[in-house]
Amino acid sequence: MQPDSKQIKWVDEPKLGLAGRLYLTPLIDGLSLTARHFFRTARGEGFTRQFPEERPLFGNPLIYRGVHRLNKDEQGRVKCVACFLCATACPAHCIDIIGTESPWADREKYPQSFVIDELRCIFCGMCEEACPVDAIELTSLFDLTGASREEMVFDKEKLLSVYDQTCDLEPMRSRGPAAHSGPPPGKDH
Amino acid sequence: MATITVDGNDIQVGDDERLNVIQAADRAGVAIPFYCWHPGLSVVASCRMCLVETGMKNKDTGEISMMPKLVPACQTPAKDGTVVVTNSPKVRANQNFVQEGLLLDHPVDCPICDKAGECWLQDYYFSYGHQERRADVRPFTSRKRDLGEHVTLFVDRCVMCSRCVRFTQEVSGGSELLVIDRGSHAEIDVFPGFPLDDQMSGNVNDLCPVGALCSKDFLYQQRVWFMEPHDSVCTRCSTGCSIQLHVSQNQLYRIQPRYNPNANDWWMCDIGRFENESVRAPERLSSIEHRSADSKTGAGFSNRLWPEGLKAVHGALSEIAARTGGSTLAVVLSPFLTCEEAYLLATYAKTISADVVLALGKVPVEGADKTFKSGFTIRAERCPNRLGVEQILRHFQKSVIDWPALLKKVEAGELQGAYVSAGYPVAWIDEAEAAAFERLSLLVVHDILPSPLARKAHYVVPGVSFAEKDGSYVNHSGLIQWGEWGLTPVEGAHVDGQTFSDLLGRKGLYQAASVLKELAGIVPFFARAADGVPQAGLNLVTGTEKHPRTTALGTVTHPLPTFRSVGTAFLETEAVSRNGSNPISG
Repeated sequence: MQPDSKQIKWVDEPKLGLAGRLYLTPLIDGLSLTARHFFRTARGEGFTRQFPEERPLFGNPLIYRGVHRLNKDEQGRVKCVACFLCATACPAHCIDIIGTESPWADREKYPQSFVIDELRCIFCGMCEEACPVDAIELTSLFDLTGASREEMVFDKEKLLSVYDQTCDLEPMRSRGPAAHSGPPPGKDH
Repeated sequence: MATITVDGNDIQVGDDERLNVIQAADRAGVAIPFYCWHPGLSVVASCRMCLVETGMKNKDTGEISMMPKLVPACQTPAKDGTVVVTNSPKVRANQNFVQEGLLLDHPVDCPICDKAGECWLQDYYFSYGHQERRADVRPFTSRKRDLGEHVTLFVDRCVMCSRCVRFTQEVSGGSELLVIDRGSHAEIDVFPGFPLDDQMSGNVNDLCPVGALCSKDFLYQQRVWFMEPHDSVCTRCSTGCSIQLHVSQNQLYRIQPRYNPNANDWWMCDIGRFENESVRAPERLSSIEHRSADSKTGAGFSNRLWPEGLKAVHGALSEIAARTGGSTLAVVLSPFLTCEEAYLLATYAKTISADVVLALGKVPVEGADKTFKSGFTIRAERCPNRLGVEQILRHFQKSVIDWPALLKKVEAGELQGAYVSAGYPVAWIDEAEAAAFERLSLLVVHDILPSPLARKAHYVVPGVSFAEKDGSYVNHSGLIQWGEWGLTPVEGAHVDGQTFSDLLGRKGLYQAASVLKELAGIVPFFARAADGVPQAGLNLVTGTEKHPRTTALGTVTHPLPTFRSVGTAFLETEAVSRNGSNPISG
């Protein structure tokens, strides 16, 4: 967009009057706000939220980008097909997958290991954008802590357990069957 | 000269070149898409992807008469006056329909397909296909079938180009693969009880333009866009196939042949392709080990650090030469050394004493040469560089002392010490042969894997495999080829050239290219390689070789689907968590 575009509305800064230039009225304004808050808190009507006893509310937990989870299909198997597209999309290179042949008849490939380094992750959500089978999703869990670096490297089991923890509160965004299951349609030979 | 008009541009083609329209258009910088055609195989014109409009130009009047129907470009010779139109609406519509027809039956399981990223169906769909799929077919899982020891067939991904079938009929000659059934039911298969098990079976995986034929070795291992190609030379026999190492996160995932009309054409054998465990074997030698003389009976090896350890080796060698004379010390140049390394080691030996005996290492021979129908040969001589090492030996001491002659010298007690360079990727010496070396008062073994000889050594120096070093090899016909490193050496090992350079007391990093320049100035046999070795190599014996033409597109002279759709910037990234718990890099 060019600076002289018609779509841009240029607004000039309003000129300060005498009261504004004295800086006294804004000062009194600000101090009175501070004082109001001070007395309200003293009366026990404060705005301070008692975290972690009191959890913050999200507008929509489904679009919050917190800790990852690996979704499960209807039979409780990991939905991921180990296509490495999340690892490809990941700008922080925090996803590491080892794919292998799946033990199930209707699935070709599955992740033998699926590791996310949550300390490396920048929570951009590119992995869930890239996933062709909606297997990886970001949850609204935001208070991620750990005592060591190793603890923050989540493996497949841990990521699946995040699903178990959050699946009631945050349903899977795609309820349909996994894209690569079922017999080939239209093949009769 | 013949004049051919491609999309309105005239190009000149030599009279004896015998090109088809795909190749002629490629020279004009116009890409005609194709699946079934391959320059190394016969033409069947079955995929219909390369259909173009052609016509003839009347030389005298300049009048062009076009053919009413589209013709396959792969089957149409480019002769004088041929006019080709590749971008008309008629041609575009045909490409569109071919792509749509192929995808009607295709599972579109790209996320789990190993070929995704180098698949021609994918590439062409972006360039020549519809924007969206009109067929109401959900993606499905392809049926899978075993074809042989190394090859898996994903039946429904196949586009029936029949390249693999023609390969087994015309190149490997086994005719194991065939097309069964007809029409839309056609499938590739083998006869029951006759699997695709010859020693060239791996090539069909490269030939397949889609994900139908997949290598069992590479199946599900890595996505192709993560891998970085490194041009190298196969060291498993003296044919010296030009190869590419596909490497990601310092791990060798697969080896593919690279087009070289002087050595291997488009092919390579399964030995070089699949048997590369030695490159990242857990038992690789990884430190200089010293066995002191008094602990001969027990496990008396102790690790030495690099600069001091190498100084000790140098000291021990010089001490033998000083004590009992230079002619009691032998330095063995392995045929697995590159020319540069052999030159440095021979130079080092002669700096210890001019009388030091230089010998050629053991040349492993397995059976007889195995020649396939197309003329591709797996040589019985299973080493890459006997010829190059021999030339260097001839320069330094006129005659070549081979391994049996050296053994005789050892047994006769003529030698007091020996420096044996090895680097064999497989077991190469047995206990009986190694026992002869027990009588030596100093044995230095420079190898990559533990061997009976290394257990008898006083010093063990770890070397590196072919995938970890730069350098040139001279194959059976005198073709010198350049191999480039793809992996860093295993922890604790040093590049052989660096070790020899350090022994010689040269300062700084070992640069194989500058050593080759020096070698070319000193040994006349290598004179032609003074300014480096081109991709297709240089024949040092005959002095002539073919150099493949690089065209504007570069796809037709080398039509293997190798990282064509992926930018190089993308290849430089690697998806790995750098944390200690990363399961791949440990």
